[in-house]
Amino acid sequence: MKEFSKALRLTIVLIIFFGAMYPLFIWGIGRLMPEQAAGLPIVKDGKLLGYENIGQSFTDDKYFWGRPSAVGYNAASTGGSNQGPTNPAHLELVKARLDSFLVHNPGVTAAQVPSELVTASGGGLDPHISPQSAEIQIARVATTRGIAEDKLNALVASHTEEPHFGFFGTSRVNVLKLNLALDELQ
Amino acid sequence: MDTFNIILLFIVTVALAIPLGKYIAKMFAGEKTLFDFLAPIENFFFRIAGIDAKREMNWKQSLKALLLINAIWFVWAMIALMTQTWHPFWNPDGIASMEPTQAFNTAVSFMTNTNLQHYSGETGASYFSQLFVMTFLQFVSAGTGIAALAALFRALSAKSTGNLGNFYSDMVKSCTRILLPISVVIAIFLMVNGTPATFQGASEVITSQGDTVHVAVGPVAPLVSIKQLGTNGGGYFGPNSTHPFENPNYLTNAVETIAIILIPIAMIFAFGYYLKKKKLARMIFAVMTAGYLALLIPTVISEKSGNGALEQFAVDQSQGSMEGKEVRFGAAASAMWGVSTTATSNGSVNAMHDSFTAISGTFLMLGMQLNAFFGGVGVGLINMFVFIIMAVFISGLMVGRTPEFLGKKIEAKEVKIAVVVALLHPLLILAGTAIASHTWASNSDPGANLGWLPNPGFHGFSEMLYEFTSSSANNGSGFEGLGDNTPFWNILCGIVMLMGRFIPIVGPIAIGGAFAAKRHIPESAGTLHTDTPTFGLVLFGTIVILGALLFFPALALGPIAEALSIF
Repeated sequence: MKEFSKALRLTIVLIIFFGAMYPLFIWGIGRLMPEQAAGLPIVKDGKLLGYENIGQSFTDDKYFWGRPSAVGYNAASTGGSNQGPTNPAHLELVKARLDSFLVHNPGVTAAQVPSELVTASGGGLDPHISPQSAEIQIARVATTRGIAEDKLNALVASHTEEPHFGFFGTSRVNVLKLNLALDELQ
Repeated sequence: MDTFNIILLFIVTVALAIPLGKYIAKMFAGEKTLFDFLAPIENFFFRIAGIDAKREMNWKQSLKALLLINAIWFVWAMIALMTQTWHPFWNPDGIASMEPTQAFNTAVSFMTNTNLQHYSGETGASYFSQLFVMTFLQFVSAGTGIAALAALFRALSAKSTGNLGNFYSDMVKSCTRILLPISVVIAIFLMVNGTPATFQGASEVITSQGDTVHVAVGPVAPLVSIKQLGTNGGGYFGPNSTHPFENPNYLTNAVETIAIILIPIAMIFAFGYYLKKKKLARMIFAVMTAGYLALLIPTVISEKSGNGALEQFAVDQSQGSMEGKEVRFGAAASAMWGVSTTATSNGSVNAMHDSFTAISGTFLMLGMQLNAFFGGVGVGLINMFVFIIMAVFISGLMVGRTPEFLGKKIEAKEVKIAVVVALLHPLLILAGTAIASHTWASNSDPGANLGWLPNPGFHGFSEMLYEFTSSSANNGSGFEGLGDNTPFWNILCGIVMLMGRFIPIVGPIAIGGAFAAKRHIPESAGTLHTDTPTFGLVLFGTIVILGALLFFPALALGPIAEALSIF
């Protein structure tokens, strides 16, 4: 019984220390960088447009499309498809996505479509696509919006993020930032 | 380039693990260290609890303290999770209470350092639970593992008197002096890169296309750092470190990957420094690294070469298999994470393992099944200790020498305990999978009545095998397609996690206790040297043969069959 009371009291102080004081300490440090600690929100004219790293659903022809999402970019209930690599339902879905993409982007062949454009991300919120995935959509966006392709080429190039230090990471384009810049263009 | 990055990450981790190991050894030896200034805080804890932190415990007292305080943590977690609707504050999104079997599974899962999650963080746990249950248990369960290993170090030391130190003191110091400082550094780094640390509820966004989206946020950064570091793995959000808030970019991914394997590797070096057996530690490190690489290389190759089943559509798979993966990490970094998290019993993910290629799935499961190639914080090396006992015994039989390890004779009692511990893991996995498969197969319409398996065929079997493997290895990752939030899975996996956690701690400490009571035999010409490459090979062979023979039939029915089906 004495041992029990000791262990119980130790538990209580540890819960307070690691469950409350430690996170509050980190939260306190976060006050020094409010933008980052809030998850890098994008705010314009006092309106919250989104978060830099949280992808949004773009299905309209006038926007660059991001990756398919198993949860429809629902950032309150995230997740992946969890479909196995040989699951027939998965293969059907990939085929449907590819067909739809090719219909909306005439002139593009399947071999030009990077696999990330027909597969869902793990969290369902992937904010990025590869530069190639953006490039093959330029013709469609240009036609829909009536903008010169050159202008869009330049826009995609300026939104392409290279690996850290030149080698550490992947080349990628943030779809939300690209599309926000696209809307600014006109 | 991504192969180079993987090698670079591993080298950096080892370079950090060596000094950390030295520091941990010094700390447990009671020598002066950098973080001695924390002593007043620890003493304050002990004063409130009425614990004399200097009182030495023998192996039975240590285990009693360990089991008692874990039982209290379990009850606390159960109560907190089942009363979420009553949480007075820190539940801004009005999360509901867990039902009893889910609360049981979650409480066991976090207490046992497993972090199997049959709930989804952003919809199933209040901020109060995330901090006072999850984050708290992520510290103390890791601290328990490290303290158990510290007790084993003391038992194995040549001048051992049977006293294994004070469990409470070791556990608290593991938390305050190892886990806390590194966690703070990682949490700050994550925050700088955009991982939130806020107590506000979900925010509402109206997208460019006019959709209304709610974005869940919360005190993410402090939880993510400790879940990576303490081989916990239970994420703040459902999809873990695939979520951009938990893991915003390639740099945070690198830091989180290092955090997975840092302490498990450091403990090997700590072992060497503490017992002054550096050569033996190097042998163990070599065996573990060889095993880790044997899992890593085929997984990276398989993920980079893409999903064979997609070849019929002729899409460009030059970036590898991308289902369930994030563009910012790429296939190679996801494969490295996958192997690291399964080999160490961490269980966090930065890509969905269910969607990995079948060949990779085999190696992810094998990592958990062998469970000794770095392994969990503390418990990984304890598992290796069991394998060493068996390897010493086997080589002793082969060359006709008395089996002894660290100057202590290994006798029937120790070997019996080691065999029981080593066979428990396959028993839990295979028996569990057999029960689940039988339940599924004997149901007249399992798809409608049970609804566990969204993936048909071999992959469905793999999902069940993976779940039990992960539970028994106290890993916590999953083939998450499995519909596992049912009383059947909650209870069965809960029991497997409990046995898979405590029996492999109790057994080896009992061996340690028996060792400590034995007379130390000085080395002689007849001593079997355990710090040689030859013994390393025997040890590696013991692990692989035992593991492979036991698990190969089950793997053949699941991922191996799936891999062969697409040729």
